Parts: sequence; structure tokens; C-alpha cells
Amino acid sequence: MSGLTQGATGAQDAGMRYAAGAEHAIETPAAADATRDAGAEAGRRPARLTLPLSREDLAALRAGDEVLLSGPVYTMRDAGHERALAALDADGALPFGLDGATLFYAGPTPAAAGRPLGSVGPTTASRMDFATPQLMEAGIVATIGKGKRSAAVAEACRATGGVYLCAVGGIAALLATHVTESELVAWEDLGTEALRRLELADFPVFVAIDVTGTDLYRQVEAGVRP
Amino acid sequence: MPADEEGLARGLTREAVAAAAYAAVRACAVTLRPDVRAALEAARAAEGPESRGAAVLDRILENAAIGTADAVPICQDTGTVWACLEVGRELLVPGNVLDGVDDAVARAYRDGALRMSVLADALLDRVNTGDNTPAFTELRLVPGRGATLHVMLKGGGSDNASRVVMLAPGAGRDGVREAVLDCVREKAANACPPLIIGVGVGATFDRVASLAKHALLRPVGAPASSNGAAAFEAELLEAVNALGIGPAALGGATTALAVHLETAPCHIAALPVAVNMGCCAMRSQSVELVSWETGAPAAEKGGAR
Repeated sequence: MSGLTQGATGAQDAGMRYAAGAEHAIETPAAADATRDAGAEAGRRPARLTLPLSREDLAALRAGDEVLLSGPVYTMRDAGHERALAALDADGALPFGLDGATLFYAGPTPAAAGRPLGSVGPTTASRMDFATPQLMEAGIVATIGKGKRSAAVAEACRATGGVYLCAVGGIAALLATHVTESELVAWEDLGTEALRRLELADFPVFVAIDVTGTDLYRQVEAGVRP
Repeated sequence: MPADEEGLARGLTREAVAAAAYAAVRACAVTLRPDVRAALEAARAAEGPESRGAAVLDRILENAAIGTADAVPICQDTGTVWACLEVGRELLVPGNVLDGVDDAVARAYRDGALRMSVLADALLDRVNTGDNTPAFTELRLVPGRGATLHVMLKGGGSDNASRVVMLAPGAGRDGVREAVLDCVREKAANACPPLIIGVGVGATFDRVASLAKHALLRPVGAPASSNGAAAFEAELLEAVNALGIGPAALGGATTALAVHLETAPCHIAALPVAVNMGCCAMRSQSVELVSWETGAPAAEKGGAR
């Protein structure tokens, strides 16, 4: 790397390479609606959704759908969940205006290559299961992570009309090309575990648990082939 | 074999170990191991052309290209650093040979804009140390006169998906097989598949985990040295991939790229089994610091993988 300028050029190239290499990933919302019934079929076209997610958006998602997200999400991990629960207990409401927000279980690397984050990707979601039902009841509408969730989280999705979305683990350099802004909101002392607002642009995720409580990972385990 | 210190080969220094550790951390964080990349490309060809598994593998390969082109980490979890110095018994080893590793790690994580993921104490002081130290180091004595530094950046997701099971000897080969498959069924989705699965069988409670971890250093798919172990590796890989968990655990033919098995002697009452999950971004490098052939300090960057 000879400097930031070269890095920024590389970032743009990377984003373009990704878009060009996955032409099925870019879609108009209308066409996406038309193909949504394809459910778990391979090669179905992803819907593009704008955050924060509306109740209508959430209700239309089905386990196995691929979705491209644009708009704000908030990073929160293990230590942050303990603080969020403490704030909820103390005030009876989510802190920092998180009502209606989507949480992203992620601890990014610092800015690099002309991007606000060098790399960012999902961490294991089940570590947050202890807090998720309570946070969803308080107003969190979606969470983004990787891996299976508890039955209690699936039930919380069903009961609150929310979803659990999974991102692919191990592609954090690519996912960072779909993050356009990063802003520290709170808990700076937690380092990478701080609460950050990220602005996403066509960030690729799959619906892992939908509003009916249907679970993509369990479907895969049961042999429902994608 | 030389009988006294005078006859032992010299040439392994604390400075050389620290320099190798620094370079290895920087390289591992942003570069996919070439053997892992080749295995992922082969796996891509094995998935159906329109499948979700193929789409996931395309992204993993694209991610590796971005990491290299932009010098950014291929995974945001740049891990804890494990540094294992393997030295031949015919080599004179200074007692401070690992003392420069923590400083090298701190500089590499700062210079590389890598993530700081280490807490001061697991139970009593869960505060981020801020420089990703301490590294977890070990010194391993083996026959010969060379020295190799193995460096691995191990993410939390894949290590959390790992386990040690103390089976009864009567469980036998089938018991070992089920222990591995249970771990994959329960935890593969958290460990970022396609996986490299390190399996240790034998030794003691503490050592069996080390066997499984060292197995991850082997080039992907290179069979174990004994025919029996190699045959069991092939059997385990087939059984793991028959589960259909697939890339990113979203379904497909390739749940694991390889199963690497290391076995050892053990107590008559014991059948220890360890599974150490390696993720699709498996980051390690083995750097020869002193030539195993000549006992002379190796050329710069020699033997790096």
C-alpha cells in the first residue's frame, strides 16, 4: 500500500468487482416482490430494503430470502448487551433511541483503505440470546449475526413480528465495502465492542428466522436443501 | 549429537523470532493461505452452479481478493495470536527467545489497523488490553537442528466451536467419529464453514487440544503421516460433508475442506478427543528461522507458508 489514495481506489474497485460479479444481487424492489414466493429456491433474486425496517417489510420476509440492506444499523456485542439490559432495567426503555432499530452483532477493525471500517462481519449470535427476547420486546425489530439462535429468540421473532438476519462469516473485507459511514454512539471504553451507528449500502444478508419463527438453519439441518 | 553446549548450533535469536512474528501477523491478517484458497476454489466447482453454497463461496473468494488488494483484514476478528516456536534439540536456544513476541504483536496490530480482541483476565478483569497482547506462546522441542515459528491468528467463533471430550476407551473408533460429528452438527454454523477441522486423539486432557490445534497447521488436505490416520481422516471428511450444512451453514456439499487428525499414546483408561475448528479464513504461517538442513539461519522470509 503506498497510501490512502491508492487504498480508496482499491475500495471502489472492490465494490465494483463485487457488483459486477454477482449480477443477480442487484434488483428492483418490484421484481423482488414478484419472486419472493420462490422461498428457499436457489438463485432467487434478493429484495432491497431500506432501514429502519417497517412492520410491512418485516412481515414480508421469509426464512431463506436474501436481502440487501441500506440505511442505519447499530453494532452491539457481548459487553454492550449487558449495558443495554442495565439501561432497559433502569429506564424502562432502550437507550440511545434504539427503538425500532436493527442491531448488528459486530466488532469492526479500524478505518482502512479509504473506508470508514477496514473490515466488518457478523459474530456468533447465540452469545446474545440471553438478552435478545427482552430487547425485541423493548423495540429492537431485527438482529444481524451468524449461526443458530435459541428457541426463545425464534419465539421472540414470532411474538414481536421481528426477524433474525444472518450475514456470511469470513467475508469481512467484502462486507466493509457495503458500509459507507461509521459513527461512535456510546461505550467508547469497550473498544471494538462500542455502540456504533453504521450506514449500510446494499449490505447482503439472509433471513435466518422470520416473523413466523421459521428458522433457515434448522431447515438446512433437516435437509430442506437450498 | 553434540554432548555439550559448545557443539550446539547457534543462530536463533529473540530479534529474529520477533521480526518473524511481526511479519507473520501482518501477512496472515490480510492474506488467505494459498492452500486454503485452492481448496475453496475446488469446493466452489463442486457446488451446483446456481446454488446458495456456490454464491457463498464466490463471496469468500472475492473477499480474499479484496483483502490482498486493499491490505485490509479478511476477517474482522483478527484473533488472538498463537506463536509456537518449534526448535531442534541440536540448537542452542536463548532463554529469552520468546520475549520479543508481545512487543511485535502490539506493533503489528497497531500498524496493521487490526482489531484488539484480548481481555486482561477471563474472569477477574474483562478489560481490553488495547494492544492485543499477551500472545499465547509455546516452545516445542523436536529432533533436528532447525527452528520454525508457527503463527496463527485464531478467531473467537471457531475456537468457541471447539471442544475436548474424554471418552471411555470402549467408545472406540465409532465414539471418536460421533464426537467429531456432534461437534460439527452443534457448532459448525458458528465457526464460519467451510471448515478445516483439527482432531486430536490421545495424550492427556491438556495435550489433546494441542494435538488438534497443531493439526490445523498442516497444508489443507495433506494426509496424516500414518495410513491408519489418513484413512480415518477421509472417512470423517466424508461423514462431515454428508451432513449438508455447507458454506456459511446455509446448505451445500462442502461443510469442511479437510479433517486433519493427530494421534498420540494415552493412559489405559483414556480416549481423549479434541476438535479444534478452523474457519474458512484459517490464518496461519510457518516461518523457518534456522534451516533444518544446515542449522544455519534461514534467509529472510525463507520457508514461509
